[in-house]
Amino acid sequence: MTGLQRIARAFAQAKAEHRLAVVPYLTVGYPDRASTRGLLAAAVAGGADVIELGVPFSDPLADGTTVQRASEVALAHGVTLADCLAEAKAIVDGYDIPVVLMGYTNSLLRYGFARVADDARAAGVAGVIVVDLPVEEAGPLDAALVPAGIARIELLAPTTTEDRIARIAGAARGFVYCVSLTGVTGARTELPPDVGAFVGRVRAKAAVPAVLGFGISTPEHVASLRGVVDGVAVGSAVINVVTNAAPAARAEALRTYVASLVAAGRS
Amino acid sequence: MTEGRGRFGEFGGQYLPETLMPAIFELERAWDEAQKDAGFKAELDRLLRDYVGRPTPLTDATRLAKAVGLRRVLLKREDLAHTGAHKINNAIGQALLARRMGKRRIVAETGAGQHGVATATVCALLGLECVVYMGTLDIQRQAPNVFRMKLLGAEVREASSGSQTLKDAINEAIRDWVTNVRTTYYLLGSAMGPHPYPTIVRELQRVIGAEARAQSQALLGRLPDLVSACVGGGSNAIGMFAAFLDDAGVALRGVEAAGEGVATGKHAATITAGSVGVLHGAKTLVLQDEAGQIIEAHSISAGLDYPGVGPQHAALAKSGRAVYVSITDQEALDAVSLLARTEGVICALESAHAIADLHRLGAEDGDRDVAVCLSGRGDKDLDTIIKRLGK
Ligand SMILES: Cc1ncc(COP(=O)(O)O)c(C=O)c1O
Repeated sequence: MTGLQRIARAFAQAKAEHRLAVVPYLTVGYPDRASTRGLLAAAVAGGADVIELGVPFSDPLADGTTVQRASEVALAHGVTLADCLAEAKAIVDGYDIPVVLMGYTNSLLRYGFARVADDARAAGVAGVIVVDLPVEEAGPLDAALVPAGIARIELLAPTTTEDRIARIAGAARGFVYCVSLTGVTGARTELPPDVGAFVGRVRAKAAVPAVLGFGISTPEHVASLRGVVDGVAVGSAVINVVTNAAPAARAEALRTYVASLVAAGRS
Repeated sequence: MTEGRGRFGEFGGQYLPETLMPAIFELERAWDEAQKDAGFKAELDRLLRDYVGRPTPLTDATRLAKAVGLRRVLLKREDLAHTGAHKINNAIGQALLARRMGKRRIVAETGAGQHGVATATVCALLGLECVVYMGTLDIQRQAPNVFRMKLLGAEVREASSGSQTLKDAINEAIRDWVTNVRTTYYLLGSAMGPHPYPTIVRELQRVIGAEARAQSQALLGRLPDLVSACVGGGSNAIGMFAAFLDDAGVALRGVEAAGEGVATGKHAATITAGSVGVLHGAKTLVLQDEAGQIIEAHSISAGLDYPGVGPQHAALAKSGRAVYVSITDQEALDAVSLLARTEGVICALESAHAIADLHRLGAEDGDRDVAVCLSGRGDKDLDTIIKRLGK
């Protein structure tokens, strides 16, 4: 099964079970290299539908302090894109679950787009989310990824204009990632009141499922999004759960947290 | 498939989060319209004349020329512009553009504090809200400028992540912009970042070269043989070069910061020692490791302490139209003293890099007239200079 097929299957299954797909994000190598695999296993055990692996970058200009700090820690441990691909392969092989990488253009450019495509396919990676690569600049990366059967996951923002939504969402592969707010990543106490309208405009144009991310942190947030969106991406809040638990209790804390999000998304 | 607009050869582009794309398109449109509006140009020219004090002089530095073994050295005196550096030329133009666009909140980054001071100044003049991001390390080494910005009514916010210098201040400014994009104008301080900034900043700094070109002609009866400037992000250099690009007989020379020496790894010589990467919205030359992580730059001069460079400079270096060299911290410090003692001008540490390079130009071939951009004055650096020269 290809990565893209795994994505389609994951969203179809969540839909059949009348719930939102849950997409936890974890920076590879946070809080240390050795724990990543166990934490990801815990997220899967908690019911994660898709795993987002954060590729640490030195200048994460779209990230708030939580992901910034996690990236700094990961980089201090020497984590590279090759390490992220190895983690991806381990989860895909172990759990037959879709995995997407999330990071910045320069990490991929330096590795070489063709090599990214080859190695991501070999690892079973379904897609990549590149936060500083808008559709206007994505041609060269797409030229490498498309033949390899890997999706470049499109991001849409509340500022994205109507015709741009139609153009981007209409051609999207895998799923579309709706950025809930104008701002950087980071857990928020409340979601913006207009997310429903925004996601609605995207869903009207997209042939693939829509995931909402940025700011989502509680089961209440997830519950409020039932029927609004197909899935939720949760990053900074996941990192906070890991940070706030004692080392021996981290995996269990993460499993419980992901399970609470999955339960909250059930209608 | 082709890549996006705003390219200088393979360099440039718009590598931004989707949230900012509509804003960057709006900026492109507003800039194009302003360019066609005679009223915009008239207002800008009036402020440059009556407020900034343009044209700045071109000083025939005879004692300096003798000391470095060149026939003639002409100093383009941006240190005499209001606020003490070339940065004001760009800040005024962009602040007028922001006002046209109906944005009343300005964010900016600053390294040496000169762009921050220029932006705070213009915001005071036009009655705009101003927030300036500055790295923790730069706040310490450019204390007088921090105080100036506050006195001018700006809020100075500390960028404490990463290298705590200019690169991190830019990250923070972009994070602010992405958060407040509907109300906020990002007033970028150098000829870098995503299209259309490198073009906007070049056009606003072109006045340096345009004046210098006419003044050289008046003084020498011809154009200089070589034009040089220091390069941080590259705005004073591209402004100086812009007017001479089509003059095949005029050599162009950019001077980067070699810090403690390029071989030590502690430097900011991006063109000399960098490789192709994407940083702060543009594909350009950057200092990076094998994995594409950006390496912290090092320079005694906060304004040159940046691991990237404007995309047009990357293209000019690649085509060979301009040549880029580098000067160490110590050479720059020595050049501050030399200029002070020969010409009675205390220059900024940034500009001192271009002055220091004159020795090499003189040694290579002294039979030349060289016009140098003296991008700023040295008041802000007195602490650093006293500490180092006192040793
Ligand atoms: C006096 C002076 N010169 C030069 C620079 C470097 O900037 P740029 O390369 O954009 O001219 C700075 C930056 O702060 C500066 O203050």
